[in-house]
Amino acid sequence: MANRNFLGPSGTVLGPVEFWLLTLAGFGLFFGTWSLVSWSGWMPPNLLPSPLAVWETLVRLWNQPFAGHVYAEHLTASIGRFLMGWAIAVGIGIPLGLLMGWYRILDEIITPLFDSIRFVAPLAWVPLAALWFGTGIGGPLLIIFVGSFAPCLISAYRGARLVEPRLVEAAQMMGASGRRIIQHVLVPGAMPSIISGLRVSAGLGWQSLVGSELIVVGAGLGYLMVQGQGNLATNIVIAGMIGIGVVGFVIDVALRSVEAWFRRRWGQA
Amino acid sequence: MAIGVPPLRISRAVLVGAATIAAVLVLWWSVTSGLRLLNPLRLPAPAEVWAASQQILDRGYAGATLWQHAVHSLGLVARGFAVAIITGIPLGLLMGWSRRAEALVNPIFLLLRPIPALAWIPLAIVWFGLGDTGKVFVIWLTAFVPSVINAFTGVRQVDPVLIAAARTQGASTAQVIRHVVIPGSMPMIFTGLRLSLQASWTTLVAAELVGAFFGLGRVLNIAGQDIFPGMIIVGMAAVAVCGALTTWLLGLLERRVINWRPAV
Repeated sequence: MANRNFLGPSGTVLGPVEFWLLTLAGFGLFFGTWSLVSWSGWMPPNLLPSPLAVWETLVRLWNQPFAGHVYAEHLTASIGRFLMGWAIAVGIGIPLGLLMGWYRILDEIITPLFDSIRFVAPLAWVPLAALWFGTGIGGPLLIIFVGSFAPCLISAYRGARLVEPRLVEAAQMMGASGRRIIQHVLVPGAMPSIISGLRVSAGLGWQSLVGSELIVVGAGLGYLMVQGQGNLATNIVIAGMIGIGVVGFVIDVALRSVEAWFRRRWGQA
Repeated sequence: MAIGVPPLRISRAVLVGAATIAAVLVLWWSVTSGLRLLNPLRLPAPAEVWAASQQILDRGYAGATLWQHAVHSLGLVARGFAVAIITGIPLGLLMGWSRRAEALVNPIFLLLRPIPALAWIPLAIVWFGLGDTGKVFVIWLTAFVPSVINAFTGVRQVDPVLIAAARTQGASTAQVIRHVVIPGSMPMIFTGLRLSLQASWTTLVAAELVGAFFGLGRVLNIAGQDIFPGMIIVGMAAVAVCGALTTWLLGLLERRVINWRPAV
């Protein structure tokens, strides 16, 4: 056994029993420490409620409205807002990125503009978004759009640039028009890059949504948390965080499975 | 072309780029100042942005000058980031090296990873108030998770043949880790750092918008409340400059640390 680590990390493999015991211990460590800290009074329950108290809060929020709505309504408000902003970013970013990859002049015009605002953090658009579109639906949409636009554009652009030039030449030689090449060569060739860009942009868009709801909106999970914070109700804050985590997780898993399905279907890496 | 003589040709891309930026500036000036098509409360004129920048540079705005706000924000990002590197990379390396550590720590990440750092801001305010500690905490969270995950992935991507080669030369475990595993995972670690640096600025701006006494997010917040579009633009530009500056510094550090690899 002396040399179990001889080949480093890839040389050692845990047995299934040991693996599951350790995994279980990991979950236990997390919830155990949390419960201990809150039950021992080391942190008062209004600063850190126990896992059980958070669960009870979740059940209560599900049935009774808080900050104007029940939990499910906050959840759907957030998801709806996210889907709209993300759809706009995808709808503009991906075609634009593809066209930039195809037409050099468009690349030369848009890249400097894009580069000059790339470093403005999405949340720094909040005051301007509020000024332009108000704090109702338009402002938050702009924040989500700004947050998720860049990966859409970049992934489509890179995907288009990575398409094998010989394929394009072959299509041209067979007399395909520009539009047909874009449709039948460029778009399928850029697909793997686009799909991984979609996953990144959805994650960033969801984050931006959370940020915008903390600052400007009147409903949604972020708003629920801000109201909880205002009342020093950390149980409500944590209940909001759980919803945000679950939705973020579901979005990520869904897009990962799309990615995997696409790879199987098209046999591309 | 002779060696040492710099080419004097300006590329077409630079030319088109400069023309585009110039066109946008002219358009901006004409819709706000020349033709007055837009309400100045929606989009400020270039002169207003200039005046706002002079005001915040000379007399200050939202309690401090632009330099003080920017230095404050930069300091918070630097502190949160440093703590994340110090705590995250060793943990990631450990999880990459030992499958036991991975199995034990992974569940905690499984639970915490889907929650964006931004969502911790309200909790950070309840725990730490509106001062600096809460901001350092959320920036730490932003950069910690990618640091751990990329250090972990970096270790797993180290070629086992290299480790075996070091072993056959009689290297101890400590030497293997020090001279093979850590250098081998550095490129991956820096990829994670670059991503989390951008995210750190987003988190910081959000945290400062929600509540702060100083910083660029505070400038944006007060400018938004005052309906002072010129100052909003100045604040956004300052955030962008700080973000670009820190990204550039991280690039310098990366070239310093990974000095065996030719520049890409």
